[in-house]
Amino acid sequence: MAATQAGKRGRTGRFAPYALVLPGWVWLALFFVAPIASVVSMSLMTGSLGAGYSFTFEVGNYTRALGLYWEQILRSLLYGGLATLLCIAIGYPVAYWIAFKGGAYKTTYLLLVLLPFFVSFVLRTISWGFILSDNGVILGALKGLGVLPADFGVLNSATAVVFGLAYNFLPFMVLPIYAVLERMDHRVVEAAHDLYAGRVQAFVRVVLPMSLPGVFAGVIMVFIPTSADYVTATVLGGTGNTMIGKVIQTQYLVNNAYPLAAAITFVLMAVLLIGIFSYAKALGTEQVMEVQAR
Amino acid sequence: MTTATETGRTPGGAAAERSARRRGGERRRPDWGKYFTWAVLCWLFAPIVFMVVFSFNDIKGRHNVTWEGFTLRWYSDAFAYPDLNVALLNTITIAVLTMLIAGFLGTLLGLALGRYRFFGQSATNLVMFSAISAPEVVLGASLLSMFLTMNIAVGYWTILIAHVMFSVSFVAITVRARVLTMDPSVEEAARDLGATPLATFRLVTLPLLVPAITSGGLIAFALSVDDYIITSFVSGSTQTFPLWIWGATRVGIPPQVNVMGTLIFGIGVLLAAGNMVLARRRSR
Repeated sequence: MAATQAGKRGRTGRFAPYALVLPGWVWLALFFVAPIASVVSMSLMTGSLGAGYSFTFEVGNYTRALGLYWEQILRSLLYGGLATLLCIAIGYPVAYWIAFKGGAYKTTYLLLVLLPFFVSFVLRTISWGFILSDNGVILGALKGLGVLPADFGVLNSATAVVFGLAYNFLPFMVLPIYAVLERMDHRVVEAAHDLYAGRVQAFVRVVLPMSLPGVFAGVIMVFIPTSADYVTATVLGGTGNTMIGKVIQTQYLVNNAYPLAAAITFVLMAVLLIGIFSYAKALGTEQVMEVQAR
Repeated sequence: MTTATETGRTPGGAAAERSARRRGGERRRPDWGKYFTWAVLCWLFAPIVFMVVFSFNDIKGRHNVTWEGFTLRWYSDAFAYPDLNVALLNTITIAVLTMLIAGFLGTLLGLALGRYRFFGQSATNLVMFSAISAPEVVLGASLLSMFLTMNIAVGYWTILIAHVMFSVSFVAITVRARVLTMDPSVEEAARDLGATPLATFRLVTLPLLVPAITSGGLIAFALSVDDYIITSFVSGSTQTFPLWIWGATRVGIPPQVNVMGTLIFGIGVLLAAGNMVLARRRSR
C-alpha cells in the first residue's frame, strides 16, 4: 500500500520523508538510543560517587547484580505474568461483551472502562492502599461487625500486588482485544451457527482464533509494564514483595550505586526485550504496533 | 449488530427460524456478560469513588483513611500547600509543552511513515516500537545514566525531554494509522483542481489529519500528567503532582490531594463527554 502511494506522490521530492522524520529521529537518538548505550557503558564501570567512575569493563557488576537480586527479578516476572493472566481473564470477557453486546452504547462502555485512568496512577494505587488497609472502609467495617477477626489483613501480600497490577494495566488488555473483536464481521459467527456449531464451539473455533492478535498485543502491553512496575508493589506489597524496579530505583536514587544499578537495569531490559522481540518477531512487529495504535 | 444479524438471516427460511429461536432463547437467559462487565466497572471505579468521597472527609489528624464527617473545608482551602501548587503547576506546564512538542514531532514522523517508503523506515518503526514497549524504569534509569555521565543537571527541562521522548511514538503511530487509511483520491482531486502541494497539504491533508493529531496530542498530555516512574529518575529536586503525592505518603496525604484529583477527574470526564458528543454529531 505504501509503495503505490509513494509512486503517486514521487513528485514531492525524494528528500521529503527525511526532512519529516529528522527532528523525531534526532530526539529519539539523543534521548532514547544514546541513554540505552550509556546505561550499558555505565554497567561496566567501576568507581564511586566521590572518586568518579572509569570504564574498566567490570563484568563483576553483572555477577553481583544477578547474585544479589535474582529473587526480585524472578518475583517481578512471576507477578507480571500472573497479572497478565488476570488481565486476560478479566479483560477478555469485558471486551467481548462490549464489542458484541454493547450495541449503541459500545463507545460509552469503553469510555467507562477508561475513565478511572484520568486519575493519576499513583493516586489510584494509594487509594487502594487506603481502601484495603487493616482498619479502612472495608476491613474496618467488617471487623466492627465481627465478620472478620481483628488481625485479618489484605495488604502486604502477593495477592494484593497482583490484583493491584492487574487493576492498573487492565485497559491495555481490553483496548487491543476490543479493537480486534469490534472489527470482526459478526456474520462469521452466524455462519458458524448455521454450520451447526454450538455457542462454545463457535467461540473456540471462530471468534477466539480471530481475536488472538489482540490478546498478543495486550500481553506485551501488560506484561512489560507490570513486571517492571514498583509503585504497586511498594504501596500494596509492603517489604516482603519487593520487585526489581524498586531495587533499581533505590540503587540509583538512594544508594547512588550507579554501575551496579545500571547492570540490574540492563539485565531487566535484556530479559524483557529478548522475550518480547522473539515474541513480536514470531507475530510481526507491524501487526502488534498496528493493534496498539487503535 | 442487529443489522448484521438481519442481513445474515435473509437467505434460507430454516436458518432464519433457527436463529430467531436462538435469539429468543438468549433473551430469557441471564446476560452474565453484562453482570460481569458491571462488576468489573465497579472494581475499576472503587478507588475513584473513595478519592472523591474522602475529599469531603472532615479529618482531625493527618490520616485520611476512616470517615469522620462531611466538610467542604478542603475545597475552599484547596491551595493551602504552596509546594503542592508548584508541583501541580509544573505538571500542567510540562504536559502542555509535551503535548505541543511531541504532537509536532510525532505528526511529522507519522506522516513520513504512513506516506513514504524511505531508507531507515523499518529502523524507525523498530526504535518507536522499543520506545513504547521498553519498561519505564529502564527508560528513566538510562536517561539518568546519560545525564550523570554528561554532567547535565536534572530538573524541569530533563523531565520535559523525557516526557517528549516517551510520548512521541504514541503520536506517530496514531497519525500514521490515519494517514494509511486516508483516501488518496481526495488529495489528487485537490491537485487536479490546481492546488499547489503546499495548498493541498494545508487545505486538504492537514484538516483530515486533525482528529488523529488531536487524539495523539491528548494521549501525550495524559501520559505526561500521569507519569511517576520516569519522572522520579530525572526530576532532581523539581516536584510534579505524582511525585509530591508519593513524597507525602510517609507523613499522610492531605485531603487537598483528593480535591485536586477529583477536580482533574471532573475535567477529564467533561472533556471525554464533550468529545463523545462531538463525535456523535460528526458521524450523523
